[in-house]
Amino acid sequence: PLKNTNICFHNLQELRHSASLATKVFIQRDYSEGTVCRFQTKFPSELDSRIERTLFEETVKTLNSYYAEAEMIGGQSYLEGCLACATAYIIFLCMETRYEKVLKKISGYIQEQNEKIYAPRGLLLTDPIERGMRVVSFFHGRLFTAQNLGCKCDEKSSRCF
Amino acid sequence: MHAALEQQQSGQYNQICTRSSSPAEAEACPAQRSRKPRRKWQVFPGRNKFYCNGRIMMARQTGVFYLTLLLILLTSGLFFTLSDCPFLASNLTPAIPAIGGVLFFFVMGMLFRASFSDPGVLPRATPEEAADLERQIASCPSGPGYKPPPRTREVLINGQTVKLKYCFTCKIFRPPRASHCSLCDNCVERFDHHCPWVGNCVGRRNYRFFYLFILSLSFLTLFIFAFVITHCCCFGGGGLSLTRPRTVLEVVVCFFSVWSIVGLSGFHTYLISSNQTTNEDIKGSWSTKRGKDNYNPYSYGNILTNCCAALCGPLPPRSAGSGWDRLGQAGSRDRLGQAGSRVRPGLRLSAGRGTPPPLREPQFNNRLAQIMGGITSSFVHLSVINIIIFRGKHLDIL
Repeated sequence: PLKNTNICFHNLQELRHSASLATKVFIQRDYSEGTVCRFQTKFPSELDSRIERTLFEETVKTLNSYYAEAEMIGGQSYLEGCLACATAYIIFLCMETRYEKVLKKISGYIQEQNEKIYAPRGLLLTDPIERGMRVVSFFHGRLFTAQNLGCKCDEKSSRCF
Repeated sequence: MHAALEQQQSGQYNQICTRSSSPAEAEACPAQRSRKPRRKWQVFPGRNKFYCNGRIMMARQTGVFYLTLLLILLTSGLFFTLSDCPFLASNLTPAIPAIGGVLFFFVMGMLFRASFSDPGVLPRATPEEAADLERQIASCPSGPGYKPPPRTREVLINGQTVKLKYCFTCKIFRPPRASHCSLCDNCVERFDHHCPWVGNCVGRRNYRFFYLFILSLSFLTLFIFAFVITHCCCFGGGGLSLTRPRTVLEVVVCFFSVWSIVGLSGFHTYLISSNQTTNEDIKGSWSTKRGKDNYNPYSYGNILTNCCAALCGPLPPRSAGSGWDRLGQAGSRDRLGQAGSRVRPGLRLSAGRGTPPPLREPQFNNRLAQIMGGITSSFVHLSVINIIIFRGKHLDIL
């Protein structure tokens, strides 16, 4: 009976939905530089056996640099702000803010990191935007793939037989 | 959809297929049954009201917001449509209604933007995150040496020690400058105050709209006040002289009603230039009275930079500031996590069993809002009445 109700993980979306069944490691924010979005680069002990320290630190440092770029106050952000104010912020109906552009880059980067580095090690990195930029979480646990289930999954159509 | 998983016997970690599939294909999998997905705003645990399918977010009590709308529309309507504006347009210059119109639309635009946008609400912790934090708190007990009590953390920001408090309702350590609004029952980033006039909290994402609203409203009220005076005094003809005590009294009262809004703009200009929030200013967090070395670590040191950062800085988008896409669908994690609070929007989340009773935040934001609201309402009321009286006198009604 259990076998009939098992599910195959074909994609990250499904993994996220059943994340309550996996263990999570949380990386908290680093507020030492004020309210700028930064995450702690301290390596959590739970990930000790799962991933190399350098890879982890590199991921977190790259994420920090992306957020710093998004929140940077400089010529371009002033220009965007003044233009938006002058048009009573109507311009944002047509144009994307710089922050949104960087957030898209970040989610692309996280997806890429998951595919290349974390998924092969049985880990899943979540996008901090889902949690209000408060934490970066890693899921890890005893997950299994379609092959192990004996499920004849067609890779191309990703359907379960 | 979510059933028990078989435990892997060998305990090895297996490759996870990361290729994403389309929702249509996912539906084809017979083991998956999806029930009707709920939007995230429908399971939102705070005390907020949502309109237009989650696009508009306001506080629970919106009565005072409608009063604000009414006062602005009434005052502007009286000025623009009755004989004041057309008279001045034909006798002085048609630029008057033009400028007035632009100001009016700007005021309304900023009001709507401040009222309807998400102030920067922090999403509550998922059960796993809350458990993780509890574990961390339990593992560092406060010893005899100088250590912060378990429900606070100390952080060094720009050389200044800042205490991060634990929020019992949201089960998170609040980021610096964040505060919990008791009216909306949310933690808000860079919390300024809860404004009943605007019907929403004023926080990181809508502070600039709030500021531009009060600034432009003060220009608009001054504009209307000045031209009504001009009309009555210079063009009014007989019967209206500033030597009559009633007239003087009316002018003085009208002046004070304008003054309250202008005063508020001035106060917020000071706050912006020193990069403080109303909350911090009231509590005196960065005042030198607390200690000689007390200073504001968030200030850029330069008035111009502070103003530019507050008004022209980057604006975190809706899904970033609050951490959830209100139009997106609530994942099962959210459903599971918020199941207890999903019952009724007005139901307060209990602090959980076994935890100490929630610490009550000093109700500064609440009290200030009430005081400000009381003063401003009486003055604005009187200003509207006075404009009507001015008009009535001119038209020889009164």
